[in-house]
Amino acid sequence: MSAPLKVPPMLSANPRLDRWVKFNDDRTVTVFTGRVELGQGIITAMTQIAAEELDLSFVQVRIVDADTRLTPDEGHTSGSRSISEGGSAMRSACAEIRAVLLAEAARRLDIPADRLVVEDGRITGADRIRETTYWDLPHAELLAREATGQVPPKPVARYTVVGRSTPRLDIPDKLAGRPRFVADLKRPGMLHGRVVRPPSFGAKLISIDEAAIRAMPGVVAVVRDGDFLGVVAEREEQAVKARKAMIAASRWDEQPLPTDATDIYRFIETRETTDTVIVERRDPAALARATRTFEARFSKPYIAHASLGPSVALATFEQGTIEVWTHSQGVYPLQRELAEVFQLPVESVIAHHVDGPGCYGHNGADDAALDAVLLARAVPGRPVMLQWMRDDEFAWEPLGPAMVVKTRAALDADGNIVDWSLDLWSNGHTQRPGVVVTTEPSVSLLAAWQLERPVPRIPQGDPAMSGGGGMARNAEVIYALPNQKVVAHRVEELPLRVSTLRALGAYANVFAAESFIDDLAQACGADPVEYRLRHMQDPRARAVIERAAQEAGWVPHQASDGTRGRGIAFAQYKNGYGYIAIVAEVVLEPEFRVTRCVAAVDVGLAINPDGILNQTEGGILQALSWTLKEQVQFDRERILSRDWETYPVLTFSEVPRVEVHLIDRRDEEPLGAGETPTGPTAAAVGNALAHALGVRVRDLPLTRDRIIAALG
Amino acid sequence: MSLPEPTRFTVNGVEHSVAAEPDTPLLYVLRNDLDLKAAKFGCGLGQCGACTVLLDGHAVNACDTPLWAVSGKQVTTLEGAQAGSTLARLQQAFLDEQAVQCGYCISGMLMSATALLERTPDPTLDEIKAAMDRNLCRCGTQARILRAIQRAARCGAAT
Ligand code: FES
Ligand code: FES
Repeated sequence: MSAPLKVPPMLSANPRLDRWVKFNDDRTVTVFTGRVELGQGIITAMTQIAAEELDLSFVQVRIVDADTRLTPDEGHTSGSRSISEGGSAMRSACAEIRAVLLAEAARRLDIPADRLVVEDGRITGADRIRETTYWDLPHAELLAREATGQVPPKPVARYTVVGRSTPRLDIPDKLAGRPRFVADLKRPGMLHGRVVRPPSFGAKLISIDEAAIRAMPGVVAVVRDGDFLGVVAEREEQAVKARKAMIAASRWDEQPLPTDATDIYRFIETRETTDTVIVERRDPAALARATRTFEARFSKPYIAHASLGPSVALATFEQGTIEVWTHSQGVYPLQRELAEVFQLPVESVIAHHVDGPGCYGHNGADDAALDAVLLARAVPGRPVMLQWMRDDEFAWEPLGPAMVVKTRAALDADGNIVDWSLDLWSNGHTQRPGVVVTTEPSVSLLAAWQLERPVPRIPQGDPAMSGGGGMARNAEVIYALPNQKVVAHRVEELPLRVSTLRALGAYANVFAAESFIDDLAQACGADPVEYRLRHMQDPRARAVIERAAQEAGWVPHQASDGTRGRGIAFAQYKNGYGYIAIVAEVVLEPEFRVTRCVAAVDVGLAINPDGILNQTEGGILQALSWTLKEQVQFDRERILSRDWETYPVLTFSEVPRVEVHLIDRRDEEPLGAGETPTGPTAAAVGNALAHALGVRVRDLPLTRDRIIAALG
Repeated sequence: MSLPEPTRFTVNGVEHSVAAEPDTPLLYVLRNDLDLKAAKFGCGLGQCGACTVLLDGHAVNACDTPLWAVSGKQVTTLEGAQAGSTLARLQQAFLDEQAVQCGYCISGMLMSATALLERTPDPTLDEIKAAMDRNLCRCGTQARILRAIQRAARCGAAT
């Protein structure tokens, strides 16, 4: 007997088979995923997996994503875990469903199950005479049972749908301009809402002339509950005008901030911290060979998610029941938090996921859902569409935290790294429910903290290292180093609201480590590619480094002419997910520009290879935007970055050529792709810039002013 | 309360008359009164291009175009794509290149690219970049969008 299969955790948590798949009368099936489409192509990949395991054609499978009435509870869609966790649960559930149905077909056809063939849901024996279909079987009864998780999925060698580039299911609607987003929903009697946030964090409302606002055209309700303010109007432009009037008419008592955008690095380095040793490997003999030591300090500012569309939600609140349409990353956690805020049973809150503007972590989506419900409560029976304005989004979304990273290393006489340490300072990187368990109720939703009877703010947390970590994500390097020590210094005091942003701490940690490796290579006259390979044993890591270098036409030891530069960087995301190496090329004249990025990626089995390429290209360009331009500006009063002029992002003119090469590893576990490129992009650009300039810029973003300062 | 005077204009070849305040942004009229949801609200400040539509063939931001300014004019939105048009060719090229991530910016991208190709059927890469510079994409889809626009231009040249 073979050992029992490991049951995917999401299947154990949602074991009923009919929670995953339903057979429809029109010879299609509907599959249910608790993961949400964020523009990353997850619904297409899940559809491929289900079609593959059930031996259906791709077009026979329909999919429903996160909905608290319909789909499995899979928590949040984040951390590039959808394919590894959600995909393995879907695969296992579908394999078992196929086996259960085949057993029944075998009985009816009197043919052993292992002799049956399934094609597009038709089940036949080898004789092709006796046949039945999934839909002819009592599937509803058969699937009303719990999964064992013990049916082995189809071997990869027999895949026909998974592993093929498949056009994404949501793209045709988006190209046709058909309503597909939360903001596009329309309901009879729908009203429009806007919120009025305080001018700065923690400000208290002193006064507002509500009567004057109520008298404005179209205004149906002005909502004031503690420091939460909002307005509901018949027409959208009326809500926008009323909001503007409310901002002018409200007076607030503001609290100063303890730091500002320039001082923040000194601030986080000098606060009281909770320190955690992430790794400590000691080899005194190797240490004894040290001949030279090096040190460096890197910094990364607050970065905004800055989705192209501000957060939005549609809500109704009627007879003690809340219904909300949201672009949240987690409809079930949102359902529980809304139930807490309104003191309702969880079943009285229904949350549906609908596509939203791109989501790169914990943004304002859940906050907007609560805002919409608070406004809907004031107009019972009428649906309210609430959208934040651009400045609401910039000033109130949880940001990616500022960080400081210090590195130290020692080389032996041959230039080999014999000692390595990395220390990092940051706030915890999440304010998601479920990370920090509190005895008293607390929620992550912004407005809840402002109400007359507030529900307290969830304590800042940091994802556990077992899940890849938060601030210390990728702080340990996977080079074969005899001595390595990494310490995370967690700052509890929170100057600005922060939470998860694509790759979390990995962006700054990889930027620091991969910049520093280049410094060391340079110090001993080694080529950056050769130097990395010299310290790397993992064959998959070596393969991406070699492939990226080869595709980019890397010439070892090539000197810069002072106007051009090229750099390479590598990381394995979370030290256990996708591998990536990126070569960046830059020019300095007439001004500093990135001209080309060449990447090699290995994400194991690529369910939808073109989807991986799309996400990787996107990740590179977004990281390039962070690296070249982005920094949330704030003074001691408030956030100053409030629109696209005060928070510039990458424009078309700044887009380099991007080439991504996928290393096919069909026999390896599929690993998520969305977050792998961020840190390596920053470091590759930083290394290319250092190659061209001869000096290094260690503070992000790599702006013109910083380059001039570095040149001294 | 008396209704504002109706404003008359043409959208995708159909005449409309909308009774809204003359300073109402065209974007809200399109999305809420005419149920044309392709153009998106991104900033309301004329900075991002998510709301781009064509006004008498020129790309404009619907979020900062007041209703009065379109009186008697022709507005084209993504929903108005006609078979064989430049816009339809662009849609096909975007599909072929899978040049979409979240898709929130895409309607605006298609409209700006249409205005460009109508004016300059065979643009250089730099001309495309310059014409698209006020359309932001936060998902980093620009590299694919550039390829899609080049592909549409090539297909246009072939017909
Ligand atoms: S929404 Fe019109 S330019 Fe941003
Ligand atoms: S595809 Fe998401 S903003 Fe462009």
